Amino acid sequence: MDLDHQEEVLKDGVWAALERRNISRRDFLRFCSVMTGALALPSRYTTQIVKALEQTKRPALVWLEFQDCAGNSESALRAGHPSFADIVLDLLSWNYHEIVMAPSGKAAEKSLHDTIASERGNYIAVIEGSIPLAENGVYCTIGGRSAIDIAQEVCTNAYATIAVGTCASFGGIPAAAGGVTGAVGVSQAIPGLRLINLSACPMNGANLAATLVHYLTFKELPATDNLGRPLFAHGDRIHDDCPRRAHYDAGQFVQEWGDEGHRQGWCLYKMGCKGPATDYNCPRIQWNDGTNWPIGVGHGCVGCAQPGFWDTMTPFYRALPNVGGFGVEATAEEIGLGVIGAVAALTTVHAVGSVIRNQRAKKREGDLSRTRAEPPQAPNLAATNEATWTSPTGAEEE
Amino acid sequence: MTRLAIDPITRIEGHLRIEVEVQGGQVTDAWSSGTMFRGIEMILRNRDPRDAWVFAQRICGVCTTVHALASVRSVENALGITIPDNARLIRNLIAGSQLVQDHVIHFYHLHALDWVDITLALKADPGATSTLAQSISTWPKSSRTYFKGVQDRLQAFVNTGQLGLFANGYWGHPAYKLPPEANLLGVAHYLEALDWQRDFIRIHAVLGGKNPHPQSYLVGGMATALNLDNEATVNADRLSLLTQLFQRGQDFVAQVYLPDVLAIASFYKDWAGHGAGLGNYMAYGDYASDVQNVPDTFFFPGGLILGKDLSHIQPIDQQQVAEYVTHSWYTYNEGDGVGLHPWKGETQPNYTGPQPPYEFLNTGGKYSWLKSPRYDGHAVEVGPLARMLLAYAQGKPYVKQLVDSVLAQLKVDATALFSTLGRVAARAIEAQVMINQLPTWLSQLEENIGRGDLTIHDTAHWDPSTWPGEGFGFGFHEAPRGSLAHWVHVKNGQIANYQAVVPSTWNAGPRDAQGKPGAYEAALIGTPVVNPEQPVEILRTVHSFDPCLACAVHVMDPKGREYANIRIL
Repeated sequence: MDLDHQEEVLKDGVWAALERRNISRRDFLRFCSVMTGALALPSRYTTQIVKALEQTKRPALVWLEFQDCAGNSESALRAGHPSFADIVLDLLSWNYHEIVMAPSGKAAEKSLHDTIASERGNYIAVIEGSIPLAENGVYCTIGGRSAIDIAQEVCTNAYATIAVGTCASFGGIPAAAGGVTGAVGVSQAIPGLRLINLSACPMNGANLAATLVHYLTFKELPATDNLGRPLFAHGDRIHDDCPRRAHYDAGQFVQEWGDEGHRQGWCLYKMGCKGPATDYNCPRIQWNDGTNWPIGVGHGCVGCAQPGFWDTMTPFYRALPNVGGFGVEATAEEIGLGVIGAVAALTTVHAVGSVIRNQRAKKREGDLSRTRAEPPQAPNLAATNEATWTSPTGAEEE
Repeated sequence: MTRLAIDPITRIEGHLRIEVEVQGGQVTDAWSSGTMFRGIEMILRNRDPRDAWVFAQRICGVCTTVHALASVRSVENALGITIPDNARLIRNLIAGSQLVQDHVIHFYHLHALDWVDITLALKADPGATSTLAQSISTWPKSSRTYFKGVQDRLQAFVNTGQLGLFANGYWGHPAYKLPPEANLLGVAHYLEALDWQRDFIRIHAVLGGKNPHPQSYLVGGMATALNLDNEATVNADRLSLLTQLFQRGQDFVAQVYLPDVLAIASFYKDWAGHGAGLGNYMAYGDYASDVQNVPDTFFFPGGLILGKDLSHIQPIDQQQVAEYVTHSWYTYNEGDGVGLHPWKGETQPNYTGPQPPYEFLNTGGKYSWLKSPRYDGHAVEVGPLARMLLAYAQGKPYVKQLVDSVLAQLKVDATALFSTLGRVAARAIEAQVMINQLPTWLSQLEENIGRGDLTIHDTAHWDPSTWPGEGFGFGFHEAPRGSLAHWVHVKNGQIANYQAVVPSTWNAGPRDAQGKPGAYEAALIGTPVVNPEQPVEILRTVHSFDPCLACAVHVMDPKGREYANIRIL
């Protein structure tokens, strides 16, 4: 969305509202650009976003950490538009998050219990890290309670649960071959939740910000793919959005680290890049305020947004077998569908996205079956997403 | 006598539980427990050693990157690989910027609320805050209007009645000593630091593709492509961005972080008398001047200090590291009283703690997923204080000058460093020392590039067919929280065994076979506790170590016997 148009949209009284929130024009325009870009929202949703910011009572959020490395918490701290400070102070009532909250021990537990009691059914639960189910949960306890015990109480009383990172989404590294703690993702530990999986290791803080703004604006979670991941972030293959794709198509490959091709930014496929098997918006939104991304620095993708990538994508430096069948024609067809999506209503965008996703999944089943992991269980169909889910099912029958 | 359990300890990485006994308003005994483990080293076994750093990096996402560095160094050590100079410099830039950013975040977002009462900031006179700010620093954001704006934002936040992360804090506790204007200054810089850390760490995006978990390491070098003339690589534009980011880092550390620490410390000088603990300090040392990694050339020198004696520094030998499980939820085949070097380590989980939910641990027996590492039998403290003491005692001018200047400004002598406050000050000093140095390494990288040296990797040893059939490796790094080391055994091109002993294992570990406490446990003895319901004093000392408890892991052999381990950072 161009900035002039945003100015237009924001004329009537909106700036005053923003000023009350101490948000500058410039910051807000940037914010809108990032959000509408990340969520693929038409510009007319800008006013709706502003209204969401104007709520007198901020919706509550609690963030729990289990078998984690806090990398997703850190990634949230790196979110730029809105920033962590904006989210924590102005957009939500961020009531529990061990890594940054003031109180410890019993006083901290009080913050959690107060939220569950007063906001039952209305708060957002964010879960970081996998949940160990072996040995009665002794591999992760907080305040003397097991992770699964706490998660049961917190998630089942929440409006919705956001699993951040591949560990909370699918079990992640503690669930990789060799692990013994019985680690699983939230959807497997507590089936039936209204849940979205912001996978990747860590998830990109910009995607969390976009998910939260979507929730604040539309009072529901964004539409998801068949792994419960938001389509706005996981609707496209990295390989298809990669700035180095032209080199792949032209057969220009890096052969050795630091060789001439590497210094010319050629394709990393032969160095083991997992971009052809990974669905993520890494190349589009990039990292750290859009500064760069792993392929951009010269290292291949490791497939961190995919379930089971620690086992299915390793060895990381071995080239994926049998990547192909994605010639110019298929790409053109998909571009066509994408354009239709951009002008359609939101649910249609999601539906079309799902169609694309499913078509791609079907195509890839043949050439990438070894590297594609199955989800740990049937996807969690959040009530708010059910409408979206009917479309791809229909499309599959076509 | 009151028994207290503080769990979760918040504003740290990971899952830490502290139990204490309080008598007469003081801590008389303390136990530190890590309550989570994942098993990353078990998971690493039988994998390609070139992949290990990607896994190991996930040990911690706060001090992200440090395990990746220790990992590639351990594998390179095992395989006899020497990295190119450009790779050394890029690694230094990534690790050094991590240290600076981590220290700033620790002070403002993990530690400051132990010293700053944000509710008092509402009572501050913004004009007085402006005067205070301008008296301690030239930082431009210091006008009355600016502080009034921060105060208004805070007031609006409080008026909503939804205090979020700040609800149930220990506000109004008599241990808070800052005048209102210093509290408002603290709140303003808490918010500024949130924005600063996000900007500064773009250094990792430039050199590593992203943060957290940068993705440009390779066994044998770095994947950070160098080419001044290509948009897809580290080019002239990117190098100039790094220069700007280092400058903004220098500005923030020199004009905000260090002056704030000095200003706040001046109101809490009594904390130079609390939290000394073991009095033994250790560092492996790090940041050699060339790729041979010779200890004599370390920018951060290593060594061992025993009993606070700065006149006798002993050199470090990694063979002297041993680990005990007497009070850890593991068992050894030779009995739980022995200590084992990590290369011979064995870990069989043996959870003997209470079944959850529980109220207290049985601290007479095993009570933590952390082991107890010891150096030549000594319990030691690692971290910025240990490093600054070692550099100070060995006369490194770039450290000595700063330490002396800080001591002079606070009007205390060097013995004040052995304390809770000493750890806070040492961390700020170290951030300043490192941000001063980073541009030098960047210049060296630019000089290499200018000479046409674009080598980033030892490609001759990339293929496993070039490796020895078997090798043992030791990879170390002075991470923000202290001495980190990974030990790896590579056999037939695969990882046969992998272990790490990490900074918070040294500091947060439980008692050993002789009953000697770990660094946290020792430092907490004598800590005042005015109100057991609001143990802010305990948090001050625990947070002064910057705890980072991410995992307690073990490797299992085919018979189900478990050995090798990695724990807590």
